[in-house]
Amino acid sequence: MQASAQHEATPAAPVVNVEDVMQKVAEHKGCGTQGGSGKASCGSAAGQGDLPTEIWEKVKNHPCYSEEAHHHYARMHVAVAPACNIQCNYCNRKYDCANESRPGVVSEKLSPEQAAKKVLAVASTIPQMTVLGIAGPGDPLANPEKTFKTFELIAKTAPDIKLCLSTNGLALPDHVDTIAGFNVDHVTITINMVDPEIGAKIYPWVFWKHKRYTGVEAAKILTDRQLQGLEMLTERGILCKVNSVMIPGINDKHLVEVNKAVKSRGAFLHNIMPLISSPEHGTVFGLTGQRGPTAQELKALQDSCEGEMNMMRHCRQCRADAVGLLGEDRSAEFTTDKIMAMEVNYDLDRRKAYQAKVEEERLAKVAAKQEELSTLAGQNSDIKLLVAVATKGSGLINEHFGHAKEFQVYELSTAGAKFVGHRRVDLYCQGGYGEEESLETIIRAINDCHAVFVAKIGGCPKADLTKAGIEPVDQFAHEFIEKSAIAWFKSYLDKVTSGEIEHVVRGDAEIRQGALIAAA
Amino acid sequence: MPLKIISSQCTSCSACEPECPNVAIYEKGGTFVINPKKCTECIGHFDTPQCAAVCPVENTCVIDNSVARYQAPA
Repeated sequence: MQASAQHEATPAAPVVNVEDVMQKVAEHKGCGTQGGSGKASCGSAAGQGDLPTEIWEKVKNHPCYSEEAHHHYARMHVAVAPACNIQCNYCNRKYDCANESRPGVVSEKLSPEQAAKKVLAVASTIPQMTVLGIAGPGDPLANPEKTFKTFELIAKTAPDIKLCLSTNGLALPDHVDTIAGFNVDHVTITINMVDPEIGAKIYPWVFWKHKRYTGVEAAKILTDRQLQGLEMLTERGILCKVNSVMIPGINDKHLVEVNKAVKSRGAFLHNIMPLISSPEHGTVFGLTGQRGPTAQELKALQDSCEGEMNMMRHCRQCRADAVGLLGEDRSAEFTTDKIMAMEVNYDLDRRKAYQAKVEEERLAKVAAKQEELSTLAGQNSDIKLLVAVATKGSGLINEHFGHAKEFQVYELSTAGAKFVGHRRVDLYCQGGYGEEESLETIIRAINDCHAVFVAKIGGCPKADLTKAGIEPVDQFAHEFIEKSAIAWFKSYLDKVTSGEIEHVVRGDAEIRQGALIAAA
Repeated sequence: MPLKIISSQCTSCSACEPECPNVAIYEKGGTFVINPKKCTECIGHFDTPQCAAVCPVENTCVIDNSVARYQAPA
């Protein structure tokens, strides 16, 4: 995207109007952003731009479909669908599904009635919870009765909550009309290949029409059904996100083909996720030593697909019973025992009032960014670098370094600040003291970043980060992320220009494996 | 001569339950079990036993040799 932005603004004329350029890129891609958001992605637009109103209404407060929304709005999954109809080499059904849910975390199965109660309980406690998804732990459409019964109950009691589901696609064509009938706006299909030869290395079998198919034959059935289902959904105006698991050496290069295939069939957003394959999860890939991608490999693939369509980069590969903002998990507050004992008061007006406040906060954030971005106008530099941010949400630098469970990663250039991913880390601060080993883990996770923005940081980690070449930045505590990052970048460029510092390219970083366990 | 489910391997995913043409499968004590009186190994319905074909854990829905094999009515 950066390349095309530079292409459209000729080198002879420095980038004077970033907003115009970004809008052009957005238009070229068939979707709009509010000018100058720094990213030309429907899934990430800060404002409506030239997105058709009906689509904007669907994505603007869906945390999984809008990067910008995920700072403010929460989602929940209910685990009503344990059965699956295919076998994936990255999934071990003795635990949870490693694809649509985080591995190694045991979820409680819920009945549709329990799920409906849970949704009301969560919606009353977390008013910014706007989306209910069914993502397993098996496949929602291999459990159609439980899935649709759940939707039916929730549509009745909490009509303002958006319904969505995530499927492997095998049974999808059989259920598209039912999905449309429940006004499900968003469907995610996991598509890891469009070539059955490659599929045979990912899927040992599928169960279809009362028969188990294996090998290339199985993968052929699966890919045909997935693409047919995708076409049927987009024909009906249902927004489709495609999830793909990046498996180095198996489908990494092939995912560019997948990207083209799903784009041409009308998919709205493509989410390329790193393979999770720790041996302790007992998956086929975990046991054969199949590695996942590095942070640089993942970003390079996402960048190369971005010219084709909108990429999702804020996916947390969450579990089938996750609750809260994407970077957090509050499911432990809502176990079946607790929700059954809860008195639930579903107050639609209160939810609306709260969400109106969220919108105000969000607009203030966008305005601050635009203002800061204008200070970059006239700057002309090829420097692009990454910074890590410790945040609790709301688009603010509001987390202590030692309390961060993850860092959000932004790419800075003269085009602005662009969200490009996140890195999960172990809790550095445990019981008030830092542990050297976890600090090393954090440094490995953000080793490709030039700076880390935090609300607060202790002296020791500060020194170690500086030694590792990562500048700890705490002067923007509790300010807006993008505004602060742009201000810092501007001063960085000034220092490079004046010769005070030399710009050095950073190395690769590690994607942490395993489950994010709620803070003890 | 029915199939049985080895309960220590059952993930309780419930995939087998709706596939059984004889409605012989039900949940009991956290895992699924097959009622041997109802199981016909899917003979007369499908080429292979459906529970075994859909089960995500290999060798978990297996023939129970302790019970006499099913004889299709002549």
